[in-house]
Amino acid sequence: MKRSIFSLLFLLILIPGRTQDEQETPDHVKENKTCLQCHGNQYYYYYNDWVERDIKERMNPYYIIDSSDYYHSVHHAFYCIDCHSTEYEEFPHAGYLRMEYQYTCLDCHGGDETYAQYNFEQIQVEFERSVHSTRHNEAFTCWMCHDPHSYQVSARSERPITETVAYDNEICLSCHANVNKFKLLTDRDNPNVIESHDWLPNQPLHFRKVRCIECHAKLSDTLLVAHEIQPKSQAVKKCVECHSSNSLLLASLYKYQAQEKRSKAGFFNAAIMNEAYVIGANRNYYLNVISAIIFGLVIFGIAIHAILRIIKK
Amino acid sequence: MGVKIYLYPFWLRIWHWVNAILIILLIITGISMQYSNPEYPLIRFDIAVTIHNLSGILLTASYMFFLIFNLGGPNRKYYRLQIKGLGNRLMKQFRYYISGIFKGEKAPFPISEKRKFNPLQKLTYVLTMYIGIPLILITGWALLFPEVIIHNFLGASGLYLTALFHVMIGFFLSIFLFIHIYFATIGKTAASNFRAMINGWHEAHD
Ligand code: HEC
Ligand code: HEC
Ligand code: HEC
Ligand code: HEC
Ligand code: HEC
Ligand code: HEC
Ligand code: HEC
Ligand code: HEM
Repeated sequence: MKRSIFSLLFLLILIPGRTQDEQETPDHVKENKTCLQCHGNQYYYYYNDWVERDIKERMNPYYIIDSSDYYHSVHHAFYCIDCHSTEYEEFPHAGYLRMEYQYTCLDCHGGDETYAQYNFEQIQVEFERSVHSTRHNEAFTCWMCHDPHSYQVSARSERPITETVAYDNEICLSCHANVNKFKLLTDRDNPNVIESHDWLPNQPLHFRKVRCIECHAKLSDTLLVAHEIQPKSQAVKKCVECHSSNSLLLASLYKYQAQEKRSKAGFFNAAIMNEAYVIGANRNYYLNVISAIIFGLVIFGIAIHAILRIIKK
Repeated sequence: MGVKIYLYPFWLRIWHWVNAILIILLIITGISMQYSNPEYPLIRFDIAVTIHNLSGILLTASYMFFLIFNLGGPNRKYYRLQIKGLGNRLMKQFRYYISGIFKGEKAPFPISEKRKFNPLQKLTYVLTMYIGIPLILITGWALLFPEVIIHNFLGASGLYLTALFHVMIGFFLSIFLFIHIYFATIGKTAASNFRAMINGWHEAHD
């Protein structure tokens, strides 16, 4: 009897978990399998008509798609051939397919009310003014940062800030710490970003706690994520831009949090306070007042005492 | 000519002034960082950080020096707190400071070779040197290596609590410093205690 109650309880605990899983199952798992059976693995098989047998080969590592990343990405609901030519269903893929047209973000998202909050048009404008676009124009597309098969929304979510920082910085570092991808765009040497930032005290901590775009993108009023990456000469180098009570972090990294939970507790910079301690930016209003009062009383006391000592001498 | 007692040995005077300089540097740079303001920078932020970190490291060394000499020598006895009757003695000294001193009364605990500090002095020195300084050094080192700090303490950021604690002790030590310097002027003359901390000889009241 006892046992069955337990197993009943156990079941009850399990049920919500299970239905959630079912809801999360994306639409096109089955269809995508036709592509992912090859592109989801390090090896693939195909039937070679000429020699009439199955062949096992290694997949080009750049063409491997992690299906878990894919199904957690914003475009998880897509079938591969929504973006790629249906002719890819055949193997070997036809040679001319490599020249297929690639959709741009605006092709689908431009002027769409559903995505108004993201303001794609403004992002496009800012992107076109960024160093990446002006120095490389056509070759540098939105897809360079927004991996078509894994991009997720992070800044606009309830995730801890450190995860967003790690996620966003990984995007920049996929080139700036990786010669392979960097050299796709330029023959210039890839500067070592660790060395170019050694003026930051505890540089690893800064890279874990702030995003590259905090210092490198021009602050934007309209966008949650500023996209105008500026030349290095314009990057933020003054410490007080962050380490002060009107820290720029409130207008960038903590913008979403700052909008969501406005200083409920009556603290200065409540958003920062929960996730980080930024010297100079975290100030507690009440402690400031209390310490000013205590300090004032001490000075006052000393002054009175000193005056009395002089008078009574 | 009043009586002079040799109370402050050479090592103590060296330590004391090194310590005083470091603490003052730490307080000024600390305030500059805590209330950093792009428009009115007291000290440029990165310079303040560097000075603060360096002074903190030197202060650790100087504190070790103090501990070794103070615990390992005769100066130790002056820091021994007798709990019994402490409240009464503190009250007595306190009353002297707020009224007796103005009426020209004699100090209730005159300074001698056996008793370098009056009860109030002793208590504040013990609190400062054996509790305040160690705590601010430990929290300071933790902030220098934030990866050692527990991330989450009862739902609040461990880093934030550590930093808050560090700043609060710093505040109390600054208050101590003001009171300390002021009370140092209560000697035979206003300057005599300062002279004592330089040449070692305390000038007693006659
Ligand atoms: C039998 C294994 C296999 C299947 C199934 C397969 N591919 Fe491929 N795919 C490859 C291999 C191998 C390459 C490497 C280039 C080549 O050999 O054509 C490739 C290359 C590609 C490329 C890159 C072409 C280029 O040169 O830029 C794309 C895009 C692509 N596949 C999409 C798809 C899509 C979409 C599907 C499903 C509709 C699919 N593939 C199914 C094996 C496969
Ligand atoms: C939202 C549109 C979109 C969807 C959905 C999509 N792709 Fe892609 N895919 C692209 C774009 C755009 C590129 C070119 C990326 C670039 O140039 O950096 C690409 C490139 C590729 C490549 C070449 C490798 C590379 O990085 O250049 C392969 C292979 C590929 N896709 C396979 C797939 C498979 C398999 C699926 C389904 C699981 C899929 N794609 C779903 C847009 C998409
Ligand atoms: C082929 C059309 C297409 C292209 C190209 C495309 N998207 Fe999307 N995107 C969609 C659709 C449709 C959805 C909604 C998917 C859903 O709700 O499951 C979506 C969802 C999103 C979302 C999440 C919206 C939300 O509120 O959940 C973001 C962000 C996004 N896309 C960004 C981009 C970016 C950035 C690019 C270019 C790098 C891009 N998209 C390219 C069609 C596209
Ligand atoms: C240099 C890299 C880079 C390029 C190029 C880039 N983005 Fe982004 N984008 C980012 C990063 C980083 C984020 C933040 C992702 C996050 O944390 O949600 C982002 C976020 C976004 C978002 C979500 C913003 C929000 O409000 O949540 C959209 C939409 C977007 N980008 C569209 C685009 C479009 C459209 C282009 C091309 C015109 C583009 N991006 C080019 C790096 C880039
Ligand atoms: C697809 C690769 C790629 C990605 C992703 C990328 N960059 Fe770049 N970035 C480049 C290349 C290539 C250059 C060199 C431009 C040139 O030719 O001078 C560059 C230049 C820069 C510069 C200008 C340096 C100078 O010389 O003035 C800055 C700043 C910069 N990137 C920051 C970022 C940030 C921040 C991110 C992430 C949001 C990012 N990059 C993402 C490839 C990339
Ligand atoms: C605290 C602000 C700050 C942060 C955070 C930051 N940068 Fe920088 N970065 C700068 C400044 C300032 C320069 C210019 C340095 C100089 O000229 O001495 C610079 C230079 C660069 C350069 C040019 C390097 C060179 O030697 O030409 C690149 C590329 C770059 N940063 C990328 C990044 C990436 C990627 C990240 C994130 C992982 C990042 N930055 C984070 C401030 C920052
Ligand atoms: C883009 C914003 C930004 C800029 C610019 C910036 N910092 Fe920071 N700084 C931060 C953040 C965020 C942290 C981490 C707070 C945390 O650990 O929670 C931090 C942490 C620190 C720390 C504490 C490190 C430790 O070991 O505990 C010091 C010291 C520091 N910064 C000094 C500087 C100096 C000096 C400069 C200028 C050269 C500077 N920062 C520029 C944002 C910034
Ligand atoms: C400019 C700043 C300072 C001045 C002018 C100053 C002055 C003096 C003087 C005159 C004395 C001897 C008289 C007495 O015992 O009261 C003294 C002793 C002492 N001071 Fe300071 N002081 C300063 C800073 C500090 C600081 C920052 C600390 C510790 C954080 C400190 C800790 C002590 C201690 C522990 C003694 C007693 C030493 C002993 O005899 O064992 N002082 N100080």
